[in-house]
Amino acid sequence: MFYREAGQFKTSYSADQALLPIKQDRIGLALILITAFVFIPLFGGNFFLGTIMIPFLVFSLSAVGLNILTGFAGQLSLGTGAFMGVGAYGCYKLTTLFPDVNIIILIFASGFFSAAIGVLFGLPSLRIKGLYLAITTLAAQFFLEWCFNRVGWLYNYNDSGAIEVPTRLLFGMAVTGPEALPAVRYLVILTIVAIMTLIAANVLRGRVGRSWMMIRDMDIAAELMGIRPMFAKLSAFAFSSYYCGVAGALMIFCWLGSAEVEVFDINRSFLILFMVIIGGMGSLSGCFMGAAFIQILPIVIRWVPSALGLDVLAATVEHISSIVIGCLIIFFLIVEPHGLARLWQIGKEKLRNWPYPYAN
Amino acid sequence: MEFLNSIFVAPFIDMGAAPDFLLQVIWEGFVSGVLYALIALGFVLIYKASGVFNFAQGIMVVFSALALVSIHKAGAPAWLAVILTLAIMALLAVAIERVVLRKLVNQHDAILLMATIGLTLVIKGVGEIVFGGEPQSMITEELGIPTGSTDWEVFDGIVIFQHIDIAAAAIALIMVAGLGVFFSVTRIGRALRAVADDHQAALSVGISLNQIWAIVWFASGVVALVTGIMWGARSDVSFALEIIALKALAVLILGGFTSIPGAIVGGLIVGIGEKMFEVYWGPLFGGGVEAWFAYVLALIFLLFRPQGLFGERIIERV
Repeated sequence: MFYREAGQFKTSYSADQALLPIKQDRIGLALILITAFVFIPLFGGNFFLGTIMIPFLVFSLSAVGLNILTGFAGQLSLGTGAFMGVGAYGCYKLTTLFPDVNIIILIFASGFFSAAIGVLFGLPSLRIKGLYLAITTLAAQFFLEWCFNRVGWLYNYNDSGAIEVPTRLLFGMAVTGPEALPAVRYLVILTIVAIMTLIAANVLRGRVGRSWMMIRDMDIAAELMGIRPMFAKLSAFAFSSYYCGVAGALMIFCWLGSAEVEVFDINRSFLILFMVIIGGMGSLSGCFMGAAFIQILPIVIRWVPSALGLDVLAATVEHISSIVIGCLIIFFLIVEPHGLARLWQIGKEKLRNWPYPYAN
Repeated sequence: MEFLNSIFVAPFIDMGAAPDFLLQVIWEGFVSGVLYALIALGFVLIYKASGVFNFAQGIMVVFSALALVSIHKAGAPAWLAVILTLAIMALLAVAIERVVLRKLVNQHDAILLMATIGLTLVIKGVGEIVFGGEPQSMITEELGIPTGSTDWEVFDGIVIFQHIDIAAAAIALIMVAGLGVFFSVTRIGRALRAVADDHQAALSVGISLNQIWAIVWFASGVVALVTGIMWGARSDVSFALEIIALKALAVLILGGFTSIPGAIVGGLIVGIGEKMFEVYWGPLFGGGVEAWFAYVLALIFLLFRPQGLFGERIIERV
């Protein structure tokens, strides 16, 4: 009843091709954006912003990156963490080489490094696919991790081997480094994530994005219809790695402040893969739902026993959430392979007909 | 010139100068290769029978070893602990077949892989809660595995053989031979091979797929237990082993996904290759090259011979 497109006539081609053709969707998105840009920074405390919202946005962005590759182009990748690391270390090197350039430009530039590395490790995808490809991305993961550890040039030969983020200003306010306020960092990340998601949404429904989906659905048929598999696959790798790289740079510069290699290890890659699976493969909104879900789950699991008056160790919470996530992955793969995004879709369909269950 | 020399000449001069050390390195590599091969064997068994790429094999190794140690600690004698652990692995196999595999029949490879990643998380979480996260030492003596070492004097030097390594190699050999016999002689083994060849044809002659899958998961559970015992005896049993087990994936690329001899040869190539590379070429790169050698070798292999050394030529051309 509330969610109906009845009466919304499209009178021009541009209206027909709009990203959100239904008015209620536009209102909903506007509300979400207003909440995110105005109310959360105003009323969310430093703790809420710093430990929940910022990680959520960073993971959402990297989940978008992985989803482009795995969900839309059908190339399974287990090397997301390493590609994020390339972005982070690239950005770190850029800040030391060009200390006067604006940090935002450097963050966007660092994505190109991971895009290049992504293409390099995506080259085997021209000959192999599926599980075999997953193993080559595993090679990328371990090789790059080793590079971050051993190649001193990457961390400026400092003793700890970790990278420390310098303080950088934007409009006179610190956005990176220890003095940066959580609200400022949050707004910077939010703006970048919003813009990049918008770009991704448009690329995905454009010619390039549709060619990825064709390759995913059936590569031979796609080739017969004039899609160049080489270009489609490598562009998917480049695009996806770019997103992961920017997410990695943001993760270090606007969230953690300093990083050791362990931040980008294989568990990170898996975590982001879980977000994509649970959120929904081949759905942009799913990336955000999956990231939110995995981010919030441990908090809920920690909260439930204390609300019931039980005392549970932090390690146990971690293990229980790992069990729950594992079960949910299996559950979603069996019952709803398109994840939370699909559940949301079904919910919207129900809302459309409400209160008449059999309308239409 | 100097760089080329340090890659192509100097390591071989080093090898020639200290042949006893070379032998020792090869032996060490051989032993870790055997363990990689055992893990890979568990993968191959399941992949052959059900087309599932079982990512959980590594965690099954850790889980079974921890179960064994914990049951023994709870007071059971070693033989009883082994039997109880086997019972647990059998239950696990049936549960996995019932809850996961049966529901995902005919799904895409990647979906099945991701399901086993989910399974890994579940087994890991349960294992950490039940057995605790601390590394445990394996009950080597109680199981009657020899410890100690033998020195072999050769080339004016000595090569040390740990008895436990010899035992590991021997047990691996026996197990592969046993599996070979099992596959070729027994009724269940032949049914397994039929399922591996063609699911539908196997169904049509009355082989129960569900039963076969449960059996094959149990078989790889047994392989996992043996691997866990041998590995645990060399170092401690801990969840860190799970990452090392990922190397078996590289072994599979080398050997082919469907070949048992391939898993063995691939495991040995990776084991010996990475030890020699680490010792003789590692210093050039600053050490620690063991972490990625296997994967990069697999990557290079994939470009030239994607079906592996012994695998069936089933690779889909892209």
